[in-house]
Amino acid sequence: MKKLLIALVALIPSLAIAAGGGYQHPLEKAKIDLEDKASLQRGAALFTNYCLGCHQMQFHRYNRSAQDLGIPEELVKENLIFGDQKVGEQMTNAMPAKESAKWFGKQPPDLTLIARLRNPDWIYTYLKSFYIDESKTFGVNNAVFKDVGMPHVLEPLQGTQTAEYVYTEVDGEKTLSGIKLVQKTQGSMTPEEFDQAMHDLVNFLEYVGEPSKLESHKIGTWVLVFLAVFFVFIYLLKKEYWRDVH
Amino acid sequence: MWKNLLDWIEYRIPMMRVANMHALQYPAPKNMNFWYVFGFIATVVLVNQIVTGIWLTMNYVPSAEGAFASVEYIMRDVDYGWILRYMHSTGASAFFVVVYLHMFRGMMYGSYQKPRELLWLFGMFIYLALMAEAFMGYLLPWGQMSYWGAQVIISLFGAIPVIGDDLTLWIRGDYVISGATLNRFFALHVIALPLVIVILVFLHIVALHEVGSNNPQGINIKHPKGSLKEEEKTKYNIHEYYTGKYDIIDDVVPFFPHIVLKDLVAFTVFCAACAYVIFFNPEMGGLFIEPPNFEPANPLKTPEHIAPVWYFTPFYAILRAVPDKLLGVLAMFGAIAMLAALPWVDRCKVRSIKYRSGLHKLNLTVFAIVFVLLGWLGLKPATPTFTLMSQISTLLYFGFFGFLWLYSKNEKTKPLPARISK
Repeated sequence: MKKLLIALVALIPSLAIAAGGGYQHPLEKAKIDLEDKASLQRGAALFTNYCLGCHQMQFHRYNRSAQDLGIPEELVKENLIFGDQKVGEQMTNAMPAKESAKWFGKQPPDLTLIARLRNPDWIYTYLKSFYIDESKTFGVNNAVFKDVGMPHVLEPLQGTQTAEYVYTEVDGEKTLSGIKLVQKTQGSMTPEEFDQAMHDLVNFLEYVGEPSKLESHKIGTWVLVFLAVFFVFIYLLKKEYWRDVH
Repeated sequence: MWKNLLDWIEYRIPMMRVANMHALQYPAPKNMNFWYVFGFIATVVLVNQIVTGIWLTMNYVPSAEGAFASVEYIMRDVDYGWILRYMHSTGASAFFVVVYLHMFRGMMYGSYQKPRELLWLFGMFIYLALMAEAFMGYLLPWGQMSYWGAQVIISLFGAIPVIGDDLTLWIRGDYVISGATLNRFFALHVIALPLVIVILVFLHIVALHEVGSNNPQGINIKHPKGSLKEEEKTKYNIHEYYTGKYDIIDDVVPFFPHIVLKDLVAFTVFCAACAYVIFFNPEMGGLFIEPPNFEPANPLKTPEHIAPVWYFTPFYAILRAVPDKLLGVLAMFGAIAMLAALPWVDRCKVRSIKYRSGLHKLNLTVFAIVFVLLGWLGLKPATPTFTLMSQISTLLYFGFFGFLWLYSKNEKTKPLPARISK
């Protein structure tokens, strides 16, 4: 019986690999640290400056960020809100839904929950993987998200990249096995600075996806501590009552 | 004063009589082990679902336009709304974990055998109602997986000949899943099915207390009146409802406080596991809350891979294993019906696995492994390898009942002890 179990468990990983298909760009690890308020604040600034024009956060309020990230509301009003919105309103933009779908092929998705829908590593690598492809409407393609409709908004920061395709022969067929990205022109940031900026941005997206995470670990720890203490008492009480039974 | 008040109440409603009969003086076998805690835990989880559910409805908006946003409103703007929501979503999965373990306990110790057939059937009805409840609840967040999961499951009814299409139309209330479907599922989820479940749980417990609790030895604690010597009878104060009809052997403890305390020890551990999920890992790696559900329902965009929530996947794997849609649906419902038929499929007179044949032990072990394997396969895309594995597992699933029926008639069992061992 045990042998059968072991054999079945051993089967699982090989089957999981067999199920995949198509080219998958390797993902880089995003640095997520919700305790790092400075990183979250920089991420918020990047988001409102570079993303909010097209992508809304229609479930997240400005003042929630202000409160959670320790930004004074005055600063939020001055630096993060560009329209005539109030600080208690959700982070929306004036992008018309129908027209934007015409411009980009699809309405730019709301990003409130993007870090929960896609994982942070995916977003981090995606943001770094735009490369020049003249055949596309906006002149760029993406190694993680092929033929994405989004222009390379962060080009002024990152500069441009070109792609080298790596092919290998699989069963006599030429198959794409890697996309190597090479820096072509320099943006206003060095590659290291840009990486850090993207870590900050993804960190902010991760925070917005689930603001409760900031307090859930703290509350959860206390709940577990309480349950551990409660366990001792309830166990001793049970023992006391059962002492005479066996 | 206190005594007078109690007497005043007791004269008008049998409060203490019921409490004594069903808790303080209810005889429970003293050897009930770890596997016997899940009934108690399931009851508390049911209460949790009802209480958190009531609070969630205070801010949830049951409409196609407002549902998704209102869930995020609960998660962000309602004070501790996220705890309520995660308690509810984690509770749903925990409910099934507990119910599956509870059912497996019944299978191990033959708790479905005579005279507990009706008790088992009530349990199966609770399980069915719970599946309907969970399925309808999963539509309410109105995410992509809510929408397309419901789409797949409702379309199953379309496989029924002649009335299939009209039936799916009747269930949805529209030609596609829409706000109309959401609203009726909301009504069924928050009032109709919870009522049914609460009533069934009540009947389940009434039936249990009538026939008495089984135990890991599978032997009786109630003996015919007058068959036991005085020193063999229990020293505990057991309600005369039981002692009037039977001699209760000295192997029982009262349900309260003995069993309740034991249940509470297990319940504390269970709470810690739930607290870990609620506070540290609410999505449970995509098993309890699926990532595509963080995108609002979009009837024009089908997700790449639609998988139901984990607790349905064993039956989903059986459905996909059968090439014909109608036969697949029949196999899926048949898989549940076979479980319900267990009291009549198993013809053995010995209850507990401890005293049954090696063949039965093997059969039940294979069944447990196959059930978990089917659950895993139901989460995976239907590639040829996985489909083949699902087909083999489906055969083994039904094989369990076939073999059981064959060998249980003249099974070679071990002799039962006269009493629960000390």
